Amino acid sequence: MNLALLLLLAPFLGFLFNIFFGKNIGKTASGIIGTGTVVLSFALSIFFFLQINQSHQAISIQLFDWIQISNFKVDFGFLLDQLSILWLLFVTGIGSLIHLYSISYMHDDENMHKFFAYLNLFIFFMIALVIGSNLVVLFIGWEGVGLCSYLLIGFWHKNQDFNDAAKKAFIMNRIGDLGLLIGMFILGSLFSTLDYATLKTAIAGATDLNIYWISAAAFALFIGACGKSAQIPLYTWLPDAMAGPTPVSALIHAATMVTAGIFMITRLNFLFDLAPDVQNIIAIVGSITALVAATIALVQTDIKKVLAYSTVSQLGLMFLALGLGAYEVAVFHVITHAFFKACLFLGSGSVIHALHGEQDMRNMGGLKKVMGITFITFLISSLAISGIPPFSGFFSKDEILLVAFEHNKVLWFIASLASLMTAFYMFRLLYLTFFKEFRGTAEQKSHLHESPSLITFPLIVLAILATIGGLISLPTNSWLNAYLAPLFTKTATEAHHFGTTEYALMAVAVIGGIVGIAIAYAKYIKQNQLPAEDAAISGFAKVLYNKYYVDEIYDYLFVKSTNSLSRFFRDQVETTLSSLVFGLGKVTNEIAFQGKKLQSGSIGFYLFAFVLGLCAIVTYLFLAQ
Amino acid sequence: MNNILNEIGIENYIFLSTILFCIGIFGVLYRRNAIIVFMSIEIMLNAVNLLFVAFSTYHQDAQGQIFVFFSMAVAAAEVAVGLAILVSIFRNLGSIDINNLKNLKG
Amino acid sequence: MSTILIIFCVLAAITLSTAFLTIFSRNPIHSALYLVICFFSIAGHYLLLNSQFLAIMHLIVYSGAIMILFLFTIMLMNLNKENEVHKPRITRLGAIVSFCLICIVLILVFINSKPIIGEYVHTGEDYQSIKVLGHVLLNEYMVPFEFASILLLVAMIGAVLLSKKEKTGK
Repeated sequence: MNLALLLLLAPFLGFLFNIFFGKNIGKTASGIIGTGTVVLSFALSIFFFLQINQSHQAISIQLFDWIQISNFKVDFGFLLDQLSILWLLFVTGIGSLIHLYSISYMHDDENMHKFFAYLNLFIFFMIALVIGSNLVVLFIGWEGVGLCSYLLIGFWHKNQDFNDAAKKAFIMNRIGDLGLLIGMFILGSLFSTLDYATLKTAIAGATDLNIYWISAAAFALFIGACGKSAQIPLYTWLPDAMAGPTPVSALIHAATMVTAGIFMITRLNFLFDLAPDVQNIIAIVGSITALVAATIALVQTDIKKVLAYSTVSQLGLMFLALGLGAYEVAVFHVITHAFFKACLFLGSGSVIHALHGEQDMRNMGGLKKVMGITFITFLISSLAISGIPPFSGFFSKDEILLVAFEHNKVLWFIASLASLMTAFYMFRLLYLTFFKEFRGTAEQKSHLHESPSLITFPLIVLAILATIGGLISLPTNSWLNAYLAPLFTKTATEAHHFGTTEYALMAVAVIGGIVGIAIAYAKYIKQNQLPAEDAAISGFAKVLYNKYYVDEIYDYLFVKSTNSLSRFFRDQVETTLSSLVFGLGKVTNEIAFQGKKLQSGSIGFYLFAFVLGLCAIVTYLFLAQ
Repeated sequence: MNNILNEIGIENYIFLSTILFCIGIFGVLYRRNAIIVFMSIEIMLNAVNLLFVAFSTYHQDAQGQIFVFFSMAVAAAEVAVGLAILVSIFRNLGSIDINNLKNLKG
Repeated sequence: MSTILIIFCVLAAITLSTAFLTIFSRNPIHSALYLVICFFSIAGHYLLLNSQFLAIMHLIVYSGAIMILFLFTIMLMNLNKENEVHKPRITRLGAIVSFCLICIVLILVFINSKPIIGEYVHTGEDYQSIKVLGHVLLNEYMVPFEFASILLLVAMIGAVLLSKKEKTGK
């Protein structure tokens, strides 16, 4: 129990230390302390993982009774089971690597201690989110990571665009959080508890479940997951969130925070299993998100934007798997995605670092020669995300496609199309960045250099993980499925019967990936094309380049209408109200002014009034009856 | 001995004191001389006293007359103070016309 | 018509007419003298009602003390001239209207309450001799009685102070 508390609080202590003393102890020291606390958490996670892997027993820790209202009870407690430990492992593991990376990456920033403080706070909230034993603790973490995301996106707060991006992320998340809250309310009123274990037994034991309310709760929770995990229609914040420093993008907006929605749905799988309609919605939303985001990524020129849309697309695939009830597949893809997407982001960070902040791919190229390590790790990750065997992405994506094929051919087709596009835009990115000649300014060219070892070390580790990550769930012998089996009510983990269909699908997926790579090769290496300048983009590409104008549509639908409503209230309603109020004041004033004349000081008049009043009172008292 | 009111009737006393009281009010409103206003007030007080005594007899009870004693004491005190005030007003303003007394104006 | 009723009617006529004359005479001295007569007639009413002690007290306090005070004040201010300017017509009209109004209202009230007046009882008990009054006054009404003495003392001090203040001011 104490160790679990330490696991949770270590990053928080790091946060407190960095925020109060970070400025005085120097940048490197503050970075080392920030990293150290996360590494400590990682070590403890490994400890718990080994313990659980051996005992197969979930560790439940209850700290104290938190809220108790009649029969509704919320404890403050932790639940360390297979799922949360798995999440802990890659949150703290990748978190440690990215902290390490940030020591070098952020070294030029004057507010580095603040950066590490926020990162530590984020890790703390993420751990709380993952290991909470009920939805309320999860909600604390959920809000906390949202806050940290806001702080870190707007970390360079001197740029107003970045602040706007941070606000956008926060507001979009709020919309989702409302859904999560409503879901929690419904569950709380239905079952008088928000504890996972109690909920599970309550749902399993209930005989007369109101399926509509269950579906409503599941749908509301899904809205929450949509906000956090950037699904249609709440995905627009994630690409904008790239305004933050690159390590933040890698940690929060690729590997960890955005998977919180998937974590929550997996956690409550017993609930979602009861609501097949909601599952269908999740699958459809996920597949559409995967496709839409992939198409947008095809034409983006900002290196981080491409990766951001790629993340949205991959998250869409995960939601597709969740919607089809294949939770373990989604979890598998979360893990492999965390490896290669973190690696890609960190690699792009390394490139941006080398080019002193340049993010436009049209001004890159030819970096293969000077940035060897970055290039190789980037290549491995790109192969992984494109689904080329034997890299990890192949296994996880293939499983998703397989599940999709079993359930619905249309969903399978959409997902396959999305992964073909993935292969294309990833290699487009790769070719434009690392091949051919350098297209930037001469001054940038003179500064080109391979990043220091603090940056390349995490890249190498992540590239290795991206390569071998698939081993945890091989198609025929899945360690992960067996490990996660106790969590799921459905026995979805039966070993796939591997026949010709499966092999054929696998082949199709691989061929799709290779075709995507080939198209990119043909276009950007053979024909030596470059993405057009902003003004020259036309036709459908322009729609894609402008992200289907979704931001503009949202702006028009919600922002403008809210603004005009506010303006209406300000100009019309408020003036009416205030004139009413002021009018009342004037009337009172006038009455008082006129009434003052009555008080003339003439005793005769007073007496006269007195007599009349006496008459009135006597009449009322004795004669009015 | 009979109750004296058998022969007069309480309502006669009521009418008498009512009219007397109204005369007092009329005097207060009608005259400007503060002394006369004071006299009118005395008339009103006496109207009430008379009614007290009449009802004391009607109820065959001493309490009404006790009240008259107290009201006499109050009237005496009031007149003493009031006339002192009038004297001092007259010294200051040279007149006791109540229309000149407008210092109560708000 | 019994003798007593005749006496009452005569007394009432004197009371009302002198009260009117008090208000209407222009000379304040005359007013004061009419008022003395008015008070005498009221004392007559008291006597008629068999309250001899009260009648005597009334004569001593009102006719003796208060009216003398009035007369002294009038003399002191030298007001025995008929120099009072009449009030404006509208004020007089208002006074008359309110006089009629309050008369009508009050008399209506008493007429309305007539059914409540029941038989005149005669217990035969002594209730208004000096002995009984003294008992009631000094037993049941002991505290108010003492307060009345304090009130009179305060009024006396106040009167002295108010009249004297002017002299010290000069």
